Amino acid sequence: MKTNDIILQTVAKVASLVIILFSIYIFFGGHYSPGGGFVGGLLASGAIVLLLLAYDLKTVANMLPVDYKLVVAAGLLISSATVSGALFFDAPLMTHAYQYFELPLLGHTSLHTAVLFDLGVYLVVIGITMTIIQTIGESE
Amino acid sequence: MEFREVEYMSSLHWAILSPFFIACFIPLVYKQFHRVHTGWFVLFLPIVLFIYFTGFIHEVGDGRHLSASLGWIPSLGINFDVYADGLSLLFSLLITGIGALVILYSIYYLDKDKEKLHTFYVYLLLFMGSMLGLVLSDNLIVLYMFWEFTSLSSFLLIGYWYHRERSRYGAQKSLLITVLGGLSMLGGFVLLSFMGDTYSIRELMGQTGELATDPLFTASLLLILLGAFTKSAQFPFHIWLPDAMEAPTPVSAYLHSATMVKAGIYLVARLSPVFAESSLWFWLIASAGILTLVWGSYSAVKQTDLKAILAYSTISQLGMIMSLLGAGAAALHYESMDKNIYMAATVAAVFHLINHATFKGSLFMAAGIVDHETGTRDIRKLGGLMNFMPITFTITIIGAFSMAGLPPFNGFLSKEMFFTSMVRVTEMEIFNMETWGVLFPVLAWVGSIFTFVYSMIIVLKTFTGKFKPEKLEKKPHEAPLGMLIPPVILASLVIIFGFFPNLLASTVIEPAVAAIQPGLSQKQFQIHISHWHGFTIELYMTLGVILLGSLLYITWDKWKCVYHIIPGRLSLNRMYDALLAGMERGSIGVTKLFMTGYIRTYLVYIFLFFIVSLGITLWREDAFAFDVGNTAPVRLYEVIISVIIATSAIVILFAKSRLTSIIILGAIGYMVSLFFVLFRAPDLALTQLVIETISVALFLLCFYHLPKLSSRKEERVAFRLNNALISIGVGVIVALIALSSHSNKLFESISNYYIENAYEEAGGKNIVNVILVDFRGLDTMFEITVLGIAALGIFALIKLRLARGTLKDENE
Repeated sequence: MKTNDIILQTVAKVASLVIILFSIYIFFGGHYSPGGGFVGGLLASGAIVLLLLAYDLKTVANMLPVDYKLVVAAGLLISSATVSGALFFDAPLMTHAYQYFELPLLGHTSLHTAVLFDLGVYLVVIGITMTIIQTIGESE
Repeated sequence: MEFREVEYMSSLHWAILSPFFIACFIPLVYKQFHRVHTGWFVLFLPIVLFIYFTGFIHEVGDGRHLSASLGWIPSLGINFDVYADGLSLLFSLLITGIGALVILYSIYYLDKDKEKLHTFYVYLLLFMGSMLGLVLSDNLIVLYMFWEFTSLSSFLLIGYWYHRERSRYGAQKSLLITVLGGLSMLGGFVLLSFMGDTYSIRELMGQTGELATDPLFTASLLLILLGAFTKSAQFPFHIWLPDAMEAPTPVSAYLHSATMVKAGIYLVARLSPVFAESSLWFWLIASAGILTLVWGSYSAVKQTDLKAILAYSTISQLGMIMSLLGAGAAALHYESMDKNIYMAATVAAVFHLINHATFKGSLFMAAGIVDHETGTRDIRKLGGLMNFMPITFTITIIGAFSMAGLPPFNGFLSKEMFFTSMVRVTEMEIFNMETWGVLFPVLAWVGSIFTFVYSMIIVLKTFTGKFKPEKLEKKPHEAPLGMLIPPVILASLVIIFGFFPNLLASTVIEPAVAAIQPGLSQKQFQIHISHWHGFTIELYMTLGVILLGSLLYITWDKWKCVYHIIPGRLSLNRMYDALLAGMERGSIGVTKLFMTGYIRTYLVYIFLFFIVSLGITLWREDAFAFDVGNTAPVRLYEVIISVIIATSAIVILFAKSRLTSIIILGAIGYMVSLFFVLFRAPDLALTQLVIETISVALFLLCFYHLPKLSSRKEERVAFRLNNALISIGVGVIVALIALSSHSNKLFESISNYYIENAYEEAGGKNIVNVILVDFRGLDTMFEITVLGIAALGIFALIKLRLARGTLKDENE
């Protein structure tokens, strides 16, 4: 039976973009409102999964030619670098630093090293979900 | 004694760490400058370090000891404390000096186009750094860490030609045996630290008397000696060393004769002041040493591979040094001036340590040259090489004659001193020496005769006799100059130390002996090594060795059947193999008992354990008090959601297709996230929602792989009953715990702390996120690490299965 996925595919394209934008919003807002790297990462991978459901593995792999194992590695690297970065300032492991800045457009903003750590978490979560889903999906 | 703190801190630490740093850049250098042999870039390091360490000779000779401390884990008393006294310095000089020669030699030995040089030099530098760390550490735990690093790098170097089956076997054997000893040594160290309340060797030496009466003393002594004996290849743990000869010859010369195998000797010498009070220490070390000497030299004679002869000879020489250290330990029992007799044993041990490094190093290198230029090391194929390789022949003669204990080489001097010590041991009035003591000189003498025989075999079978070109793979010729320089330097040292032994006496040996025998101040003894002692018993022993040795060499064909007395299956190697195979079989058997390969079996284990352990705990703690006083009223929403969850759960049980169950499972998850919304946990609700979505998608992907629902065992009543019981049990236990934890508040809730401090300390308003990334950030760090590992694991498992599938197709 030949299926007609046009509507699903068109919606998925737009929706996944919106979801990814939302995940980035949620990721940055994490320190003040519900969200953070973990949920953000899950949402982003949810968006990709949506694409997977609408299309197939190959098409999505062409759309987003990313090796998710490297994403895991990059995320772990960023997080562990942030964690150990404190050692260079003679502070215990895991010490974060933050400061308030007046930025153009954004106004009064706090810049926090926790965001960097969370970015690592975000990437790792995307990486692992997609690695698992891709490997299992491909193995048929 | 005078200590100089801090000033040398950076330089000694840097000296230890520099090989590790350089090792990081070797792969880069190898790639960038592929046309130049990587060894040239490595060579400068040991030379610089050697010069650096020679700078300390004068200072340490004056009794000034360098030490420095660097905090590592101060709360546990583990610090990177370095300490250089005579003994450490002697070893450091050996490590860097022989290291430089070996690297120079390896440049010509290893072909730059055929070998993976970067891995070789990385392993070698790893070894050099860890060996330096081992001999310069004052902290037992740091010492242990470097000790295991040397085992590891030795493993990597033995397995360097990993495509050879024998290399892998030898590497595994050495690792198993030395790490077994290393672990027991760690246990000994921990016991020592319990007794002395410190990990510092220097502090432990200060409390010798109190330690000896401790009940843990003997256990700690035995455990530590096991470590030393396995590392230094003492009988019966020597079996790994001959198999380690699969390593490239530069490695054998460096690790398996000059430095690493002497780590056990170093440890015994280093800890002698702590343990020497005990007679057990003396007996174990002296008898293990003398047994190893005899057994090693006896076994060396029957070998046909040049390197195997050298390996067994190394074993026996290590035994000789070990027995000397044992005899030297007796000096601590004599307060009178007479103790210089036993002190002489320690002097001989240190002197022979240096001599052994020089003559055995040159012999290994010569054997490597023979192998390199003829293509074989089998003495049955070799012969008559004297005319083709005159320089190698000369080097071998010098090395072998020194090993046999012939004048005027340095081996003669230390062998004489060895005889002296063994004869003196019989005069001891302690340790019941009057009964068994006489065995020591006899065994020493027997061992030396065999040493003489195999030394002659090495020289005569290789270089004299009939030349057999048809058996050689290559046409033999002399080695290139660069390959000859290192053994020539070592051979000249053999001669120089032979003629002028007192060059070493005051510079290196005295401080080293002072470190092993700290009870004496350096002024108390002056070491003077002389060639001629008159017509003493030692001289007659040497003459006897030469006479009987020559006789045995000539009549070799008549008595070689002696080696068949012990049947092959009783040999230690066979026992090791049988033990290993037995352990493999055993572990497979045990694993098969409970590993069925079905995930449902494992879930049954997990849940049963869960029910039993938590149920028992609840019952024992009497935690069944249920207090419903302080609860909020139940609202309609909650009732509705609960009913939906319960209904869905029941429906799953009767679902005929897996697709239905997956969808219903998703519905339950979404309902749970609604619960979180109701209880005002937006973060949890959000996460639960997304996770549910993704896991349903994942389930749909796996869907194809899962077996049909109504198949096989599932239909059996017993199976279903079991599962029903287990699931009910889990449900009941979880419900009980939830109720109980609500009713029994044992301590103040921690949430207030977070509420108060989240904004002040971490600058965030979302407490959940602040906890995740800041307060308990380390947890998150490790969680994502574990998740990453899990993802890679799944990737590897599935890809591996796919790859194996294709492999099978190819085979068919």
